[in-house]
Amino acid sequence: MPTKPETLLEVDDLQVHFALRGGALGRLFGGDTGSVRAVDGVSFALARGEVLGVVGESGSGKTTLGRAILRMVPVTGGRVVFDGHDLTDLKESQLRPMRRQMQMVFQDPNASLNPAMDLLTAIGHPLRIHGVTDDEDQIRREVCKALERVGLVPVEQFLYKYPGDLSGGQKQRAVIARAIILGPDLLIADEPVSMLDMSVRAKILELMLELKNELGLTYVYVTHDLATAKFFCDKIAIMYLGRIVEYGPAEEIYADPKHPYTQSLLKAIPEPDPTKSLARDLPRGEIPDAAVPPLGCSFHPRCPKAFEICGWESRDLRDLIERHWLTHPDTEFDEQRRVVGNIAALDEPAVRAHLPAGTGRSAEDVQALLDQIRADDPREPLWSGVRDVRAGEGGVTVDFRDDFVDPPLYDVGRQQVACLLYRDAAHDRPANDAGVVASDD
Amino acid sequence: MSTLPMAPSADTVLSVRDLRVWYGTARGAVRAVDGVSFDLKRGETLGLVGESGCGKSTLGRGVLGLLPDAAKQAGSVVFEGEDLITMPRRRLRALRGPKLGLIFQEPMTRLNPLMRVSEHFYETLHAHEPDLTKQQMRRRAIDTLGAMGIPPTRFDNYPHEFSGGMRQRIMIALALVLNPAFVVADEPTTALDVLVEAQILRILADVKRSFDTAILLITHNLGIIAEACERVAVMYAGRIAEQGDARAVFARPAHPYTRELLASTISLATTSLHYIPGAPPDLVDPPSGCRFHPRCPDAMQVCPTRHPPTVTTELNQQVDCWLHGPEDEIPPGGTQPLPREAIGVADEA
Repeated sequence: MPTKPETLLEVDDLQVHFALRGGALGRLFGGDTGSVRAVDGVSFALARGEVLGVVGESGSGKTTLGRAILRMVPVTGGRVVFDGHDLTDLKESQLRPMRRQMQMVFQDPNASLNPAMDLLTAIGHPLRIHGVTDDEDQIRREVCKALERVGLVPVEQFLYKYPGDLSGGQKQRAVIARAIILGPDLLIADEPVSMLDMSVRAKILELMLELKNELGLTYVYVTHDLATAKFFCDKIAIMYLGRIVEYGPAEEIYADPKHPYTQSLLKAIPEPDPTKSLARDLPRGEIPDAAVPPLGCSFHPRCPKAFEICGWESRDLRDLIERHWLTHPDTEFDEQRRVVGNIAALDEPAVRAHLPAGTGRSAEDVQALLDQIRADDPREPLWSGVRDVRAGEGGVTVDFRDDFVDPPLYDVGRQQVACLLYRDAAHDRPANDAGVVASDD
Repeated sequence: MSTLPMAPSADTVLSVRDLRVWYGTARGAVRAVDGVSFDLKRGETLGLVGESGCGKSTLGRGVLGLLPDAAKQAGSVVFEGEDLITMPRRRLRALRGPKLGLIFQEPMTRLNPLMRVSEHFYETLHAHEPDLTKQQMRRRAIDTLGAMGIPPTRFDNYPHEFSGGMRQRIMIALALVLNPAFVVADEPTTALDVLVEAQILRILADVKRSFDTAILLITHNLGIIAEACERVAVMYAGRIAEQGDARAVFARPAHPYTRELLASTISLATTSLHYIPGAPPDLVDPPSGCRFHPRCPDAMQVCPTRHPPTVTTELNQQVDCWLHGPEDEIPPGGTQPLPREAIGVADEA
């Protein structure tokens, strides 16, 4: 690698917010129906020849991020600078020549090739679209070169084949051939091997690495699979609910993952080794609704290390009560369910949660239920974020701490971590775990 | 012909012998499953692993008699003393649900969007146990859902109000509420994220313990097999190449395909990339003899001539591979290496 790598791609505070359509009336009167923050302030820089792995679960915004870099989805904020050109405000007509340098490989090779086009037509298509040439002979020569590059040889056997004649791996090779025919600098590959069989995946990854070296490509590798990313990437960005929660050199992320989310992801991959089994302390629940993200840190409801100021709120209380009912027999549930009135009152995100008493029940009954839940599992981290619980007004009011923090990315060594555990470490002091109430389990 | 040397033991729930499934196509018969035998014990999870097109899903459905009319079947699938292949369709229908269950790959598309979760359970329970009162049905459903981690407060919600992982839990609960003795789980976690996958794997382990259900777990992911199965059957081109105790098979794969597949798997422990040259064969016209021989690094002269008989190794793995003999059936010179035809990328995946 050169001593001073040239930055090819710079993404700065990129935002992609999709407006939510409300009901018919909302649309008619233009009321505020909120938005989904698919990508919510993402920044990174990528040097020429580097591979960035964007890793996350479905709903993390990783695919939207990949598309937003190419402006295939409308960008609502921030900047994308490619090879010194700011793409953000370019008109489509100005953007089009830039797209020759930036190509995309999609996940599903079956869906990204037109079944009615033979490979010569399909792979040569970008040359026509971008006005490189209309000359049949030249197109044929270029297509042959691209087919050879991706290992679809002898090329004569493939030029007139249709996607239906090819295996999954061959199709993905054809898709890659189409992506490189214009000689791009940047390739955004969205799960390029996840639809392929195990015995073929390594072959396609190897091909992509070869192409990177031969053609000097730079990759953004979008994936849910930390195992292939480990092999492939120089840098890793872990995404959760539209944000990067951990970012850094791949070797350090794998050797020393800092964010509890990254740690969980790495622990959750089943190894092909029956003598090892998965950790028991994996996060509960699933990635939350991006339209109404959790308060504070988005990961706190699932986080095994969450503590006082992570953003505890009303919905967490509902989850806790429901988990309590889950572990108790049906009869007890029927009885306890009547103690509480409308539990949906907790669904509105707030640091003050009011849990109404059921018909004919008193606030004290609700208080007793909460006490019982707390006694059942006093180590539950939610309680660390509770300032006050008081009965009254036909129910119980729970006040959570309102000084919670939505963690920005803190610099920790060569990594950046959006987790409050590192708030102090960020100022070159060792991490102060004194305030951590929740334990690992 | 591959038959299991062992006789089925007393706690065997399901015993499959020489099962064949083929479809007629314009090009000829596709032999999707071609002589498969295995046994499943009570409370045991057998992992069926293979690449796409190897016939594993067809096998899973064939065992339950859920194949389309165009598919032809031969062999036997003996469940609690009755052969599912030859029994009348009405009898088979009556067994499905209370005795035989299926968990599908895609939880998104298997629940009726217009029915509440509760109604799914009432329908299932009412169809098979019409004597239950509504209160009893509710109790059964809520208990089963609870074991899958669905809180009782969500019982009357609609499917769209649940996440993908929750829907898969609901599907599993629906398959288990009638307490079947045998369940086929066809790629139950493939559509899910890794953290949710881990949750579902734990649930399947709990199910096995608390319901004593025998599970045929179909997957392409060797990591899931290692995590969730006591025994594993590795399928290639319509046949089981190797089966045995999961620890033994992973530690000492007897069949070269198992070995190569394990080496191709990219995990966090992977240090170098490896793949199997060539591509799985066309099942209309599979290679002669052992079907893996054109891709096999250990292929011998005997391999293309005859399919190897099933042999039991000292670790009690059943393997179809001439490397393990029987030596008296290998013709003279049969163990000489087979000159490898160069596999061009043209034939590769």
